[in-house]
Amino acid sequence: MIRTPLRPLARILEARRKGENPDAIERENIRLRHEEMQDRARARAESRLLVLGLFFFCAFMVIGGRMGLVAMSEPMEPRAQAPGAQIAAQRADIVDRHGRILATNFETHALYAQPPQMIDPEGAAEKLAEIFPDLDREKLHRQFTGKRKFVWVKRKISPEQKQAVHDLGEPGLLFGPREMRLYPNGKLAAHVLGGASFGKEGVSAAEVIGVAGVEKQFDQFLRDPANGGKALQLSLDLTIQAAAEQVLYGGMRIMNAKGATSILMDVHTGEVISVVSLPDFDPNDRPRPPTEGDPSDSPLFNRAVQGVYELGSTYKIFAAAQAMELGLVNPDTIIDTSGPMRIGGFPIGEFRNKNYGKLSVADIIVNSSNRGTGRMALEIGPTRQKEFLSNLGMLDPTPFEIVEAAGGQPLFPQRWGELSTVTISYGHGMSNTPMHLAAGYAAIANGGHYVSPTILKQNGPQYGPRVLSPEVAKASQKILRKVVTDGTASFAHVPGYPVGGKTGTADKPKARGGYYDDKVIATFASMFPADDPQYVLVVTLDEPVETSGDKPRRTAGWTAVPVAAEMIARIAPLLGIRPQLEPGPRAAITLTSN
Amino acid sequence: MTEMVYGAVPAQGGEPILPKWWRTIDKWTISCVLILFAIGLLLGFAASPPLAERNGHDPFHYVERQAFFGGLALIAMIVTSMMSPTLVRRLAVLGFLVAFVGLALLPFFGTDFGKGAVRWYSLGFASVQPSEFLKPGFVVVAAWMMAASHQIHGPPGTAWSFALCVAIVLMLALQPDFGQACLVLFGWGVMYFVAGAPMLLLVIMAGMVVLAGSFAYANSEHFARRIDGFLNPEIDPTTQLGYATNAIREGGLLGVGVGEGEVKWSLPDAHTDFIIAVAAEEYGLILVLIIIGLYTSIVVRSLLRLMRERDTFVRLAGTGLACIFAVQAMINMGVAVRLLPAKGMTLPFVSYGGSSLIAGGIAVGMLLAFTRTRPQGQIGDILRGRVR
Repeated sequence: MIRTPLRPLARILEARRKGENPDAIERENIRLRHEEMQDRARARAESRLLVLGLFFFCAFMVIGGRMGLVAMSEPMEPRAQAPGAQIAAQRADIVDRHGRILATNFETHALYAQPPQMIDPEGAAEKLAEIFPDLDREKLHRQFTGKRKFVWVKRKISPEQKQAVHDLGEPGLLFGPREMRLYPNGKLAAHVLGGASFGKEGVSAAEVIGVAGVEKQFDQFLRDPANGGKALQLSLDLTIQAAAEQVLYGGMRIMNAKGATSILMDVHTGEVISVVSLPDFDPNDRPRPPTEGDPSDSPLFNRAVQGVYELGSTYKIFAAAQAMELGLVNPDTIIDTSGPMRIGGFPIGEFRNKNYGKLSVADIIVNSSNRGTGRMALEIGPTRQKEFLSNLGMLDPTPFEIVEAAGGQPLFPQRWGELSTVTISYGHGMSNTPMHLAAGYAAIANGGHYVSPTILKQNGPQYGPRVLSPEVAKASQKILRKVVTDGTASFAHVPGYPVGGKTGTADKPKARGGYYDDKVIATFASMFPADDPQYVLVVTLDEPVETSGDKPRRTAGWTAVPVAAEMIARIAPLLGIRPQLEPGPRAAITLTSN
Repeated sequence: MTEMVYGAVPAQGGEPILPKWWRTIDKWTISCVLILFAIGLLLGFAASPPLAERNGHDPFHYVERQAFFGGLALIAMIVTSMMSPTLVRRLAVLGFLVAFVGLALLPFFGTDFGKGAVRWYSLGFASVQPSEFLKPGFVVVAAWMMAASHQIHGPPGTAWSFALCVAIVLMLALQPDFGQACLVLFGWGVMYFVAGAPMLLLVIMAGMVVLAGSFAYANSEHFARRIDGFLNPEIDPTTQLGYATNAIREGGLLGVGVGEGEVKWSLPDAHTDFIIAVAAEEYGLILVLIIIGLYTSIVVRSLLRLMRERDTFVRLAGTGLACIFAVQAMINMGVAVRLLPAKGMTLPFVSYGGSSLIAGGIAVGMLLAFTRTRPQGQIGDILRGRVR
């Protein structure tokens, strides 16, 4: 191999010696080398081309074989598996604190039409109008004979109606399975549950979405398949809710009120055991929101969390409690309540222009003296008063977990001066929802902790930050008990169940300023049993008037208190509270009052 | 003397063109191509009426167009196949330059027909995709460069052709048209392989392709979705692939019958990318196997004929053309049976398409020109005693 390159050179040297031109030999050499190289390349290319040919042959055979395998396999039923297009049905149930059903699902059908497939569109429209009297025959006729290829006829139909439509034998009328939301208890807890309607709608399924109440608040949870159909457990007690609604409805009728609301709340956990707002509605057939008139007159309006009212004298206990907490007074401190009293030129009067003279702090509350409370509030001052009410959650919408609660924005003056301090101390000039009031009273009743009202079942006490010392809370409870035994709420005597509470009667404000003489909001905020309060009950009547006497009476003591007393008498045993009928320290008092 | 005075009598050197063409052309391959074209027309009758209906034409509007362009393509093919390799090379280089400029100017003058990638020039009555013409041109140019590098004292043609290849791949990838880019890259790789690439380099290149693939998988959502769809054993029946698979199943061995197929109504690309599914549904496995057989014989016969070829340029150019043709067919059919990830690729000569059909005709014409029987110097071998 070493000699190969030498040989051409030898030939060239030989040629030079002979005097020949070596270029021809040079070219010949190159040609030979080139040819040899080409031969080598061709041999290599030959094998590689063979490899390529085999590769393509095999590849085509594999494709052909695969084609054959696919062609010979059994045709499968194409499964309707379209990701994303699927509508998640099966909404979780809602149950009360004992697991009783409040909202569940029910299988039904939707009726739709495909006019191009119809044999007799006119006849079908005619007969459908007979089966569904609420459908418009003319409209159906128009839809069926027009150009539309698809018409929803009715979203939910009963099995009987389905059979009747079936019997028409019209191939263009079709049924789509549906899951509808069912509230088996009808109007019970309507405002809490809210309602549901169809969202995305397909022929084979429809999405159920919450439109109000907990259905909307917890829509994501209820629809989330990850929860595995786990029910949403509310703090409501179905039995107590039913009793409360019944009593409140009766009370509202007897007291000629146009609306009423009641809230029963566990003072330690913040659980709302029952919440009623009247008038109410059936969530199975939720009415449309009113387009005219006052929305607060609509049955959809939830007075308990949306109704923002001046709640009157029920606020006085907050001023007294704060004054005691600050060490300004004790229950026996004597305060001069005599008039006249003017703040910024504005006279502070008493109910029916009474003059109570010098009263102890406890008696100021028992007699509901505006001036006495106002004097305490002046000692407290605007800043501290605002801070205290803020700690009780009265300056923000309640955190109650239904969507409507966010609409219950409290109203209070922007400039919180001395006059505001005085009027707010007896519940005027500031508006809150009854739910705010219930939370405030719960703080007094549970020994001084703020608790936020909740609709979800809780385990054990859910105390928030402390707002009152236990001693002050206890003293305030005693004062409230005294209001019932000696004061304005004497109708709140319930045999076996000592009640403490405070009445509040506030004139309703006119839309254009000023106050009505003959329209009031009557409120009774109470707690029971008074010696160790477990529950707070707030009853508010809208425009009540009691006409059994010779002149109409509107004060809370005559209207809201009897209703609340009846409610406590009905629900305290249901709550499992043992009646105190054994002769005891308070037995004598109870008996003498009978 | 007469000749000295008047010059040589202009005598025909060699035999007349047509007889020579007929004697030297690969008759098997050209028959296969003609049969394929006929099958394409037949399938056009089956697959294109839904499209015509959607676009508001007569049912057989696209069949007529296919026949017209197919006729042009056949003429182009035969004319090209009559040329000598040198003439083919010269014309192809010119064509390549034109197509290259066309490709470069696409971003400025091209349209995307609402499909998201600017690949076409709209000429009114037809659309032209420069990359279709670029592919055969590039193969010839690259083969020329590589062959030149095989000359003693020749230029470094392989490196040049690689640079050119990279440039074209980048331009195609920017459109984006990854399918054509892969075809060009593959064509170059095959030519380099046949031209004598070192094995080590080939292994490294295979590794690079895997790396690039995983990079694209990690960074391109579009790409990743296709691969995931391919790897997922469950076929979603509402996708194109699901319909295609179902159609092949429905067809079985003998098909559901002419005009009875359903898949053409559901697949938007029934007349191009998924025409094999239409064939399988209406005419059954038999026709599909015939089509596969035709492609196989064209490709394998061409490669076998090229094995005997001594001219490096002819060998390389023929290999590149045959391989691109084969891979295009393979990808199209492989996708329909889920052997390969979804990639839109037309079936040469069978799918509907105007300019692509003509480009295909020219490419196959070149292949035929390169595979014609030529004196290969075997006598010289015998004389030199180098017959194996």
